[in-house]
Amino acid sequence: MRNIWTIAKREYNAYFNSPLAYVVMVLLFGVIGIIFALNLVSVTNSQFFSQPLDPTLVAGPLLFMMLFCTPALTMRLISEEARTGTLELLLTAPLRDWELVIGKWLGALLFMLTILAITLIFPIMINGMTNPGIDLLQTASSYLGMILVIAAFLGIGVGISAMFTNQFAAFFTTLGILVVMWFLIGAPASLLPVGSEVFSYLDMNSHFYSGFNQGNVNLTDIIYYVSVTALGLFTGNIAIDYRRWK
Amino acid sequence: MIQVNNLVKDYGNRRALDSITFDANQGEIVGFLGPNGAGKTTTMRILTGYMPPTDGEAIVAGYDVVDESLEVRKRVGYLPETVPLYDDMTAIEYLKFMGELRRLPNPEERAFETLEMVNLDERADSFIGTFSKGMRQRVGLAQALLHRPEVIILDEPTIGLDPAQVVEIRNVIREIGKDRTVLFSTHILSEAQQICDRVLIINKGLIVAEDTPENLHSRVLGTERVRLRVRGDADGLDTAIKKIKGTRKVTSNKVDAVEFEFSAGQDVRPLVAKTIVEAGYELIEMSPVGASLEDIFLELTEDKLTGKRSGGK
Repeated sequence: MRNIWTIAKREYNAYFNSPLAYVVMVLLFGVIGIIFALNLVSVTNSQFFSQPLDPTLVAGPLLFMMLFCTPALTMRLISEEARTGTLELLLTAPLRDWELVIGKWLGALLFMLTILAITLIFPIMINGMTNPGIDLLQTASSYLGMILVIAAFLGIGVGISAMFTNQFAAFFTTLGILVVMWFLIGAPASLLPVGSEVFSYLDMNSHFYSGFNQGNVNLTDIIYYVSVTALGLFTGNIAIDYRRWK
Repeated sequence: MIQVNNLVKDYGNRRALDSITFDANQGEIVGFLGPNGAGKTTTMRILTGYMPPTDGEAIVAGYDVVDESLEVRKRVGYLPETVPLYDDMTAIEYLKFMGELRRLPNPEERAFETLEMVNLDERADSFIGTFSKGMRQRVGLAQALLHRPEVIILDEPTIGLDPAQVVEIRNVIREIGKDRTVLFSTHILSEAQQICDRVLIINKGLIVAEDTPENLHSRVLGTERVRLRVRGDADGLDTAIKKIKGTRKVTSNKVDAVEFEFSAGQDVRPLVAKTIVEAGYELIEMSPVGASLEDIFLELTEDKLTGKRSGGK
């Protein structure tokens, strides 16, 4: 555990030394801020005040943007170490391969949790502006869902990063996989006469929007995201092992 | 401290290490000498637990590199050929990070002490990205020494450094090698001679020679080569030298110089000098031609091949 924490801490600090991380932050807060402001204007201009402010309005834009931001945040995590030779340092240090992979993932997750914590300002503001306030349980459930989705995204990103020495190859492969998992994989469900359950289960998007974001915390959805995360990290571990043997 | 038995490593169809066997004891500095692609880095990577061998066994500090890799890694300090540094960290942060991974009780204090060892304590808080090549090499070396390992493995630690920095790094290696086992690779013969207690020469995945630098030198230099220059025309000089008993492989540059060899035990130089002066040549220089690394390699690899052939008969 200590090794995981050491790697995670170094990675978390490294994000704050990299311009890319600030670009990601500005992008996320910029888009969410604009959408929040537009919602606010539209609601306050409405004559009947009938349309309430959605406390989960952060989720949609944040997760959409994360499809692009995740590859940017994870692409260099292991591939850059392989390119510059520092991977040789870590693989000859008394550190297990899986500790390295989990440490990298945890560092990225902590960075995203920091961003997510800052976005709490939006539901808090909505809570202050509305009467009787927002549904706290639904908001909490939405945030729990976002954490799990982001954890899974980052798991996939770290796994892919371990496969490549070139960052851009890692970026586009991760982006491709995330787009397929988020938008496309559920599509065959409505077209196929049999096996549609498999595709709808694999759909990353629906586990969030029809579960967590509605305020429903299901064990199935939790297991789904945890499994995707584990699969990503396991892939990363295999990729590192392969590097040793090849 | 290091025991290597019949180590083999294949990369696909290419055999990088062909059953090498050697050992290194505590307090011994062993030089690993060989041309690029000879298998030096591969051997070091196996010994440090970076990659497993295809066959054979390697025991480092009492532990098997495959079965007890983590124990080996705890006890080995390794500086790879590409110095592994994070440019976005300061020297002290970097060493502290490595110290934490190595579970040192007081990583920051140890990091500072080690920076002092490599004379970089004044730059402890500077970003590694701003360091010169020599300074980077020293931070890398500090990383390898940080946990005061029993075995230190350095892959071409002096490559790309200026002469003053080379001397500095060599001194550090000599100092740390007093009570630890140091295995370091180089392709500079003189470097191996200056620092090592023992030299292993590796070529095409085979150990072609293993001896003290002095013995190795005299083995190869069973013959000595001399360059001789005269003022004016050297016409006929080579023929004159060939006639002298004990001279061999006489070659002329057809202008003013001739090179020849003689057995180390029979110094024919006074006789050569006397003969050519008497023959009317104006001798202005007679100097030894040092055997280059290439000569030694050629000599040793040839020996090995002929040895194998005759052994097979």
